[in-house]
Amino acid sequence: MATKRRASAVLALLMTSVVVLAGCSGGGEEAAPQSELYKDPVTLSWWHNASQDGPGKTYWEKVAKDFSALHPTVKIEIEAIETNQLQRTRLPAALLSSDPPDIFQAWGGGEMTEQVEADYLKEITDQTKTEVGDIGSAAEIWQVKGKQYGLPFRMGIEGVWYNKEMFAKAGIAAPPTTFEELNTAVTKLKAINVIPIAVGAGDKWPAAHWWYNMALRACSVDALKKASAEKNFDDPCFVKAGQDLKAFIDTKPFQPNFIATPGQNDPTSANGMLANGKAAMELMGDWNRGTLDTVTTDKAKLASFLGWFPVPAISGSPGDPKAALGGGDGFSCAKNAPAECVEFLKYLVSPEVQKGYAETGTGLPVAKGAADAVKDPALKSILEATSGASYVQLWLDTAYGSTVGNAMNDAIVAIFAGNGTPEKVVSAMKAAASK
Amino acid sequence: MTSANQIRMPAGGASASPAGPRRGGHDSARRADNRRKWYEIIGLTTPAVLIYVMFVLVPMGFAVYYSLFRWRGVGPPTEFVGLRNYTLAFQDPIFLDALRNNALIVFGSLLIQGPIALGVALLLNRRFRGRAVFRLLVFVPYVLAEVTVGIMWKLLLTGDGTVDALLRSLGMGGLVQAWLADLDVVIWTLLAILTWKYVGFAIILLLAGLSNVPDELTEAAAIDGASWWQIQRHVTIPLLGPTIRIWMFLSMIGSLQIFDMIWVTSVPAVRSLGASATMATYMVDNGFFARLWGYGNAVAVILFVISFVAALLFQRFLLRRDIEGAITGRAK
Repeated sequence: MATKRRASAVLALLMTSVVVLAGCSGGGEEAAPQSELYKDPVTLSWWHNASQDGPGKTYWEKVAKDFSALHPTVKIEIEAIETNQLQRTRLPAALLSSDPPDIFQAWGGGEMTEQVEADYLKEITDQTKTEVGDIGSAAEIWQVKGKQYGLPFRMGIEGVWYNKEMFAKAGIAAPPTTFEELNTAVTKLKAINVIPIAVGAGDKWPAAHWWYNMALRACSVDALKKASAEKNFDDPCFVKAGQDLKAFIDTKPFQPNFIATPGQNDPTSANGMLANGKAAMELMGDWNRGTLDTVTTDKAKLASFLGWFPVPAISGSPGDPKAALGGGDGFSCAKNAPAECVEFLKYLVSPEVQKGYAETGTGLPVAKGAADAVKDPALKSILEATSGASYVQLWLDTAYGSTVGNAMNDAIVAIFAGNGTPEKVVSAMKAAASK
Repeated sequence: MTSANQIRMPAGGASASPAGPRRGGHDSARRADNRRKWYEIIGLTTPAVLIYVMFVLVPMGFAVYYSLFRWRGVGPPTEFVGLRNYTLAFQDPIFLDALRNNALIVFGSLLIQGPIALGVALLLNRRFRGRAVFRLLVFVPYVLAEVTVGIMWKLLLTGDGTVDALLRSLGMGGLVQAWLADLDVVIWTLLAILTWKYVGFAIILLLAGLSNVPDELTEAAAIDGASWWQIQRHVTIPLLGPTIRIWMFLSMIGSLQIFDMIWVTSVPAVRSLGASATMATYMVDNGFFARLWGYGNAVAVILFVISFVAALLFQRFLLRRDIEGAITGRAK
């Protein structure tokens, strides 16, 4: 008797709580009323990833304040969230709910395609024609099927950051332009007892970027475009990329135990090794200038020896030697965000705001008018190389989306660890595409 | 505590309810009394039951539901795939590595921490100068947050770091390993760190158990001429049985669900190669980082089922006597 009553009580509770939960998750269906710009007060919630205290974070606070001063009806609420948390958990969860942030960080590529398919993003093609024209081809990364869903504020290609002093000491006259020259440079650097290349394989992607560059050299631009658009990895060039990488790893250009070395953010990372004169080279994107500064013990010395050169070509390969890998950061507006969101997005990529962004030194601006604000010589050479690139391929893991990207990076890391094969990278990518 | 038991009973099915229903009152006063008792029970447990249902049972149900979908966390789950995610998990060699690592941590923790903790607890139970200080020192690692411990050891164990330098200065340079980078070594390194951290917990539990061993028994044994060793072996340790079994239970469940320490101490590459992955890290790596939300939920359900079955079996076969309150052998 007693047990029975207890069971029914529990059942009743269960049912009430289900009702309560259902009540919480429903609602929020009403469409945003279309009204004149800047007429009614609106609050824009803005999620970005400049979560660490520094010039980047302060600058966004200033930009939000400036915009509110220009348009007093708009209030902007900022939430700065660490990249992984933002991209992997907070944003997907918020987009699933009925109350996503109005404007938020967007990286383009496969993830954006999925977000568009789920109808999360505001289409802004017509409103942003001027901005897209000013930004140029980089804006394509924030397009899905020819329509614009976001705008970048930072964009750059990757290359090899190197220590000029060590190169001089080893007798390397000019930065290598082919992999043969790179191999020679590695041998010369070993001869003066220097770690030729630091790689943060522990974080997976810094190692995977070596494979991406091999693929960029081995594959024709058409094969790369087909891979991004259709997730078709049948072209033999993707196996060739792994073979080239394996041959390169076999020359032992990297530091010992690289499989556990983190990529950036602490002195023992690959980043720290280059910044503190323990390694001669590191393959990394344009943001590296800022992150090197945070891990070095001597900023002036770092500035004096730091140089940059594009990833060398592989002679006789079908890839375009002027093609480069790159990526950037942008923002998108949520589907139901107020119209002011798009205005703020346009403001973010306007030349004045971009100039100020370039001056923070945290990344390369995308607006043409802002290029002059870049002062650092290494960053300047990236800017030149970016505008000179015949084709910019988005980071492969971003382009293919997290699922294929993650499986690909894991399989590449296995090659680095000595228990993977070039074929397995491709089969892992295909398997993940169906997972 | 009681509330949790009461909810688990209908959910878990057949486990018998030991307390309560035998008291059948016949007069009406007794019945009113009884009714009031039930109002009290319901009134007092409702908040706990509500929280338990909303934050444990309902999410669990959702996890099972989502695990049946091919779902990437974009839009609502629509592509029903049945048990496909479960088959995929058991076909993934990395998940099997994670299972193996979990098993190693479960048994490694029991076999290494158990004897050490017992020995130290018996020693610390004797009266000597500075005993309080030693007890405190032994317990310190357990008080530290797991993430703190992980980062601390990560720094100590970096290549040519403090540990390597210490070993070399002691003339044991031959023992130096790539502690966190060698794929065959890393899991043992992690097990050693876990031991360092959790052995203090076992010791404190056993010391508490030891303080419950009546002095009369050990005195009687001593008067009968038993040596210190004989007393420990034949009197103290058998009486510690319930404490040891409870510790084994907690250690086992903790080892199955271990996440924080592995996550901060071992880098993503080493985890994704299977060398240091556990079920929980595998779940996060695949669920969030590879954005396989349905698949991640399937892994979560597998982890839950394994822990649940292990807990039930342990309770059924090893803890039953203890739960019945058989510390001095007096059954109810």
